[in-house]
Amino acid sequence: MKKIIAGAAYVVGDAIDTDQIIPAEHLVYSLSDAEERRYYGRYALSGVPQGQQGLPYGDRPFTAPNAFRSEYAIVVGGSNFGCGSSREHAPFALQEAGCAAVVAESYARIFYRNAVDGGFIVPFESIERLLERVRTGDLLEIDTSLGKLSNRTTGEEFLLKPLGDVADILKAGNVFEFARQAGFMPA
Amino acid sequence: MTITEKILARRAGRDRVAPGDNIWVDVDILMTHDVCGPPTIDIFRREFGADAAPWDKEKLVIIPDHYIFTKNHHANRNVELLRAFAAEHDLPYYYDPGTPNYKGVCHMALAEEGFNLPGSLLIGTDSHTCTSGAFGMFSTGVGNTDAALIMGTGKIWLKVPETMRFVFEGSLPPYLMAKDLILQVIGDIGTDGGTYRALEFDGEAVYDLPVHERMTLTNMAIEAGGKNGIIPPDEKTFEYVRERTDRAFEPVYGDPGARCHSVRRYRVEEIEPLVAKPHSPDNRATVSEVAGTRLDRAYVGSCTGGKLEDFVAAANILRGQEVAIDTYIVPATTWIGEQLHSTRVEGDTLYEIFERSGCKLGQASCAACLGGPSDTFGRTHGSEVVISTTNRNFPGRMGSKQASVYLASPYTVAASALSGRITDPREALV
Repeated sequence: MKKIIAGAAYVVGDAIDTDQIIPAEHLVYSLSDAEERRYYGRYALSGVPQGQQGLPYGDRPFTAPNAFRSEYAIVVGGSNFGCGSSREHAPFALQEAGCAAVVAESYARIFYRNAVDGGFIVPFESIERLLERVRTGDLLEIDTSLGKLSNRTTGEEFLLKPLGDVADILKAGNVFEFARQAGFMPA
Repeated sequence: MTITEKILARRAGRDRVAPGDNIWVDVDILMTHDVCGPPTIDIFRREFGADAAPWDKEKLVIIPDHYIFTKNHHANRNVELLRAFAAEHDLPYYYDPGTPNYKGVCHMALAEEGFNLPGSLLIGTDSHTCTSGAFGMFSTGVGNTDAALIMGTGKIWLKVPETMRFVFEGSLPPYLMAKDLILQVIGDIGTDGGTYRALEFDGEAVYDLPVHERMTLTNMAIEAGGKNGIIPPDEKTFEYVRERTDRAFEPVYGDPGARCHSVRRYRVEEIEPLVAKPHSPDNRATVSEVAGTRLDRAYVGSCTGGKLEDFVAAANILRGQEVAIDTYIVPATTWIGEQLHSTRVEGDTLYEIFERSGCKLGQASCAACLGGPSDTFGRTHGSEVVISTTNRNFPGRMGSKQASVYLASPYTVAASALSGRITDPREALV
């Protein structure tokens, strides 16, 4: 986990479910094949209804049409981010698009776990609701050791909740490294 | 300790655990399917070696079910990858599409094939893996990474959840089904009301339900964010299991008065037929509040609403009448598909009833429940208004982002199919 995660914000609403993060029709692509996996970046967050893409503006796709990478590095969401299916393709798609962290009020359990165990993105929980405090395109900086989010565009600063139990897995890199350290897998 | 805590303690090799504990547990069964199986196998090979064998092939169950009847090249490729992996390791529990061994929807197939054993611990790469909890076992859904770790080691780390209890008292009225009960719960606590928690169901109305119907309760625990759904087992559970397998099992029960997060009690006679309105399973309304809403399509299918009991319920309403809108019938499994030809309502088979009513009959699979490739049976492509027995109605869930999906019981869906408008099943059941 990097000490500083910085980049442009992409803001979405509450209850962004896994079908909005990566619609089911795209789950057919390989996650390991270098050519195919890029499509997860192309279709990341493409299931968000158009008017709610990139708040407060709307109609701003996360990944530009025909591109494979997003210009946004940090997704800001509301409550219950990642609810719905267990598809690990969801945090994978965000990572593949170039996203490094999500900051949401709360997460659905499996999405959160997948994000951490696979080491795809860092799922931070905000203390206050940030949807109305951050705009799509604002430049954000997260200090992961201090647990602080700075909005460089507005000058505002927000504290994030401690990562708690999962910090050890994030520091190890993913659950396999964590399991090796715990002695459940040969080194 | 609750039943959930006791099962986790047993599989962690501990005398006791408490909510919030992080523990490593031994997995009894790992289940995967065609969407998450291939990426799980990729990660497994990356971490354990290209020639590594699964930790215990008697405990690995692979049930392709999501994208089966499609021309999509990548989807077909994923089934081929599973087939090759099963052949490479001589896996005994791989259910190959296109052969008599094909089953259909994994959660129902696990029950039919005797993998759901009271007191055991089952992990699957599908969020609705919580369905198996209807057998008094711990079951939950995970991603590919966790599944790959299990495939190599047989272990997973879990955080012990607090338990929310839901007690359904009284006798279920003839117009209600398990779907109405669970929509009541999800409407009460919201799609995140059970996050990180065990949802435990009991009460006489639950134990009056056939085992398959109980699975509709635990199936949708995830729709409230739950880690697992669970129903302490009874004689009906044991009978169901013993009819299907010789595998040994050891039931577990919670301590009387075990500490819970909360207890909610319902009198089932007071519950109304319900729907979840677009676009969230907690957007509850009574059928009477939305009665008359115009529909384009009705759908009976999926792990939660494509059971034999669901088709019997629908047939009771559709028999001798014609549907007013496109109505799709998709059995969850091939066994249920066969039962459509042998199960009768007043002399007619379910299949005959559906065909004469003008329904469209599909083959056992997940089909349009989760949209899928563009040629998926029953998938939405426009701004259809759908009433469905499935479990999710988030934007785009059944294919098209413009479609609107109402979730309801098979009674309500069938009554609405006849009129083309959302209709109270009590009007059709007289």
